Amino acid sequence: MTRYSVSVHITPRRGVLDPQGQAVGGALRTLGFAGVRDVHVGRYVIVEADADSEQAARDDVSRMCERLLANPVIEDFEIATVSAK
Amino acid sequence: MKFAIVTFPGSNSDYDAYQAVVEQLGEQAVYVWHKDHDLQGADVVILPGGFSYGDYLRAGAIARFSPIMQEVATHAARGAPVVGFCNGFQIACEAGLLPGALLRNDSLKFVSENVRLRVENANTRFTSEYESGQLITLPIAHGDGRFTADEDTLDRLEGNGQVVFRYVPGAGDADRWWSPNGSARAIAGIINEAGNVLAMMPHPERAVDQLVSSGDGLPLFHSILARVAA
Repeated sequence: MTRYSVSVHITPRRGVLDPQGQAVGGALRTLGFAGVRDVHVGRYVIVEADADSEQAARDDVSRMCERLLANPVIEDFEIATVSAK
Repeated sequence: MKFAIVTFPGSNSDYDAYQAVVEQLGEQAVYVWHKDHDLQGADVVILPGGFSYGDYLRAGAIARFSPIMQEVATHAARGAPVVGFCNGFQIACEAGLLPGALLRNDSLKFVSENVRLRVENANTRFTSEYESGQLITLPIAHGDGRFTADEDTLDRLEGNGQVVFRYVPGAGDADRWWSPNGSARAIAGIINEAGNVLAMMPHPERAVDQLVSSGDGLPLFHSILARVAA
């Protein structure tokens, strides 16, 4: 078993109203960042877990996302990085 | 009739539910701790309002894994009644007892006020003491009440009469879609297809006594009593 650190991005599903993202986008434009078109605010979760392989660690975290970390009705997730500790 | 009121760490409306059942309905109620494995033979389960587990991750997301939720799922699966208010709606959705999800209010603000609702379906075991189309007033108090589901699910809910309560702007303007939280199609409460799990964001358990509120929540409890006992 190796210890892996797996990071995952969880974001509001496209098409689901994201008032937090809209509010942040509005604030950025107020600050003068006129090019801002869209902002999505989500969560960044880092899971440290023991697994037999990098692929196993990735698969484990995918299942964690499907069952708890993300709500598939309203959120998408994407595993960003998997690295051995 | 016996009601089990599930208490999670962070529940805050469990006592209101208890009072509604015991004082107003004159029926038996027991608190069931979230770590328990026994509903104590209750006929009806209430998932009360509050902020279970501090709304960590998502409202209701952690509560759904509490040991007692296994028993609640079994209770629901055999067709026995489960009713959720506010946080109880969020938990019911996270647990898959009801479709959809509750997201942050579109205003990003916590809303605590009395709202007008229209009873869209009085032909359920939870609403038979109302009239379909009746306008009622109930309190809401939530930050994450924006009901969300995909269009197919919303169409199915509408088609099956599963939309039980809808927010309306006021008595004189009841046909316009309006909600205090941005809910899809102004949905305030839904029932499952089997008709034994109902949940809603408004708080009928806080509106059972004219002294402190509208009293418009009381018929919901009387409906349960009339239909479930029958």
